[in-house]
Amino acid sequence: MSWWSDRRVGPALGSAGVLVLLIIAGMTVYVLREAWPSFSANGLAWFGAGGDANVQLEEIFRSAAPYEYALRAWPLLYGTILSSGGAVVLGLVLSTLTAVFIVEFAPPSVVRVLEPVVRLLAGVPSVIYGLIGVLVLVPFLNNHVISTERKESVFYVIQLTGQSLLVATLLLTIMIVPIMIAIAVDALRSVPASWTEGALALGANRMRVMWTIALRAARPALVAGAVLALARALGEAIMLAMVSGGVIFSPNLLDGSTFLFEPIQPLAAAIVQGAEGITVEPYGQTLFAFAAVIMVSSVGLSITGWAVRRRLRRFTA
Amino acid sequence: MIRTDPSGSWREWPRRDRILLGLCWAAGLTLIAIAALIVLYMLVKGVQFLRPELLWSRPESSIDQSQSGGFLDPILGTLLIVVGALVIAAPLGIATAVWLTEYGKPTWLARMVESGIEVIAGTPSIVLALFGLTFFAQSGLGFLSTTGEGGAVFGRSLLICCTVLSLEALPLIVGATREGLLSTPRHVREASYALGKTRAATIHRVLLPVARPNIATGCALGMGRVAGDTAVVLLLGGGTLQLAQNGSIPGLNYLQGTGSTLTTYVYANSPSGEGGAPEKAYAAAFLLLALVLILNWAVDRIARGNERLGWIR
Repeated sequence: MSWWSDRRVGPALGSAGVLVLLIIAGMTVYVLREAWPSFSANGLAWFGAGGDANVQLEEIFRSAAPYEYALRAWPLLYGTILSSGGAVVLGLVLSTLTAVFIVEFAPPSVVRVLEPVVRLLAGVPSVIYGLIGVLVLVPFLNNHVISTERKESVFYVIQLTGQSLLVATLLLTIMIVPIMIAIAVDALRSVPASWTEGALALGANRMRVMWTIALRAARPALVAGAVLALARALGEAIMLAMVSGGVIFSPNLLDGSTFLFEPIQPLAAAIVQGAEGITVEPYGQTLFAFAAVIMVSSVGLSITGWAVRRRLRRFTA
Repeated sequence: MIRTDPSGSWREWPRRDRILLGLCWAAGLTLIAIAALIVLYMLVKGVQFLRPELLWSRPESSIDQSQSGGFLDPILGTLLIVVGALVIAAPLGIATAVWLTEYGKPTWLARMVESGIEVIAGTPSIVLALFGLTFFAQSGLGFLSTTGEGGAVFGRSLLICCTVLSLEALPLIVGATREGLLSTPRHVREASYALGKTRAATIHRVLLPVARPNIATGCALGMGRVAGDTAVVLLLGGGTLQLAQNGSIPGLNYLQGTGSTLTTYVYANSPSGEGGAPEKAYAAAFLLLALVLILNWAVDRIARGNERLGWIR
């Protein structure tokens, strides 16, 4: 019996798959174990609002044994929800229009440019988006867009520096739009030609056909794309840490349009900002609690998105 | 794609459809404009700030960061990490993909592994970084990383970065390899079985060579992902801009030591990090973007070469 026999190769290859599962199990156990003290000390109030999160994190960082864990992480959760939610909504509009454009209306020469462009936007490292954000967009906003009156109007609450919800959301949109476009284009191309041709034969114009037939048929794929993109957006850390400033703040809707210029601090960015203190025990465990929240939600989202796409494939194939 | 339009030219459409068409064009052109702006801006800044001596001088500490020190070490760090992560991820990814498509028994296990790959793909790199930090800080794994006095294990080294980053490249390699294997028609396998080859020999001699362009695509995509990652190296790289050697075995001691990559160098020199040298951040970011563009172009080339092999699929 030679080495290359089926009886050995099958299990040998399968063990690679099992290793993948073990890594996931290990990840879940290690992260949750480190995060546990922070959750158990706060209970469900961890997710609530109350007090100043900046002060609370400072206390946690400074506390000696017995450790202090009191934290109300709502401002961080709120920042995460605002930035990734905003990015997904903007991205849904942009990606749907672009996908329709690529599939139906763009001349072949434009498609030849646009497809590599989408791939390029997906491949640009987040640190470059962050660099452009912090060196170009933030100063531009600070010097030319945010007026002195606007800065004075919220002077007692927060200092507006241009590091804002607006920049974070816009950059995040650009970062997640490629995956949404890829999924939407895939789905639009797999809509049966007989459906669109039937609608055309009934006298609908090309735009109506795309809008009422193709997009409607591809709706589950658009949802799957949005869900996967949301998972990406939740976990984006570096770019958000670079453009979101060092303060934890909840933008207030009552401030009107100034809302957009107020700083946020999403969970993932908070981990990067606090990375240097991660070996300090209670503080590190708090950061692991942030990571645990991100892990659970983004893994859940990506499994959902995957399941939706899988189901789709079964119907179209 | 609808070839002919019985409803006539867009000029005769109702106004709402003409507006939608305009929005579609606007969306597509906006994306092209954004990409062009990013590339041109980085190109201008790169040409402006990239001096040749930056490429072969090491990072130094000085009062005026804009005048001294280059990024030789971050370039070497990026290369080390990309190669290291690929060496770990490629065999694991190819083995997993082959097992999933060619064996896949028992079915429940295959289903679990399949969704497991999806879970790893969906896990943000910052979470992977924190996992690596606790996992490799165990005292039994101290030989992999930098250690403090009294046997404290810090769990930070380039080798650990490679290991954790290989998880990021893994789903891309598995996905591309599976796609290649799945698109290989059944008659290719059956011809091999008819000649008396075992399943293992068929994989080794027939299927893997056929899927080679796909595997290469997956590896190139994975390398791009690894080269562009900041969070893992920031947390696990040890935070030294220079490559620090650790241990006594030449060659291996770089992997056991700490260091930086182009991404963390950009981060450290941006206003968000401590060093305030945006010129050098721009120059390094330009190099990084060039690397990503080259990898992108390689993926394109491989994919096109793939179509020329159409006779076999």
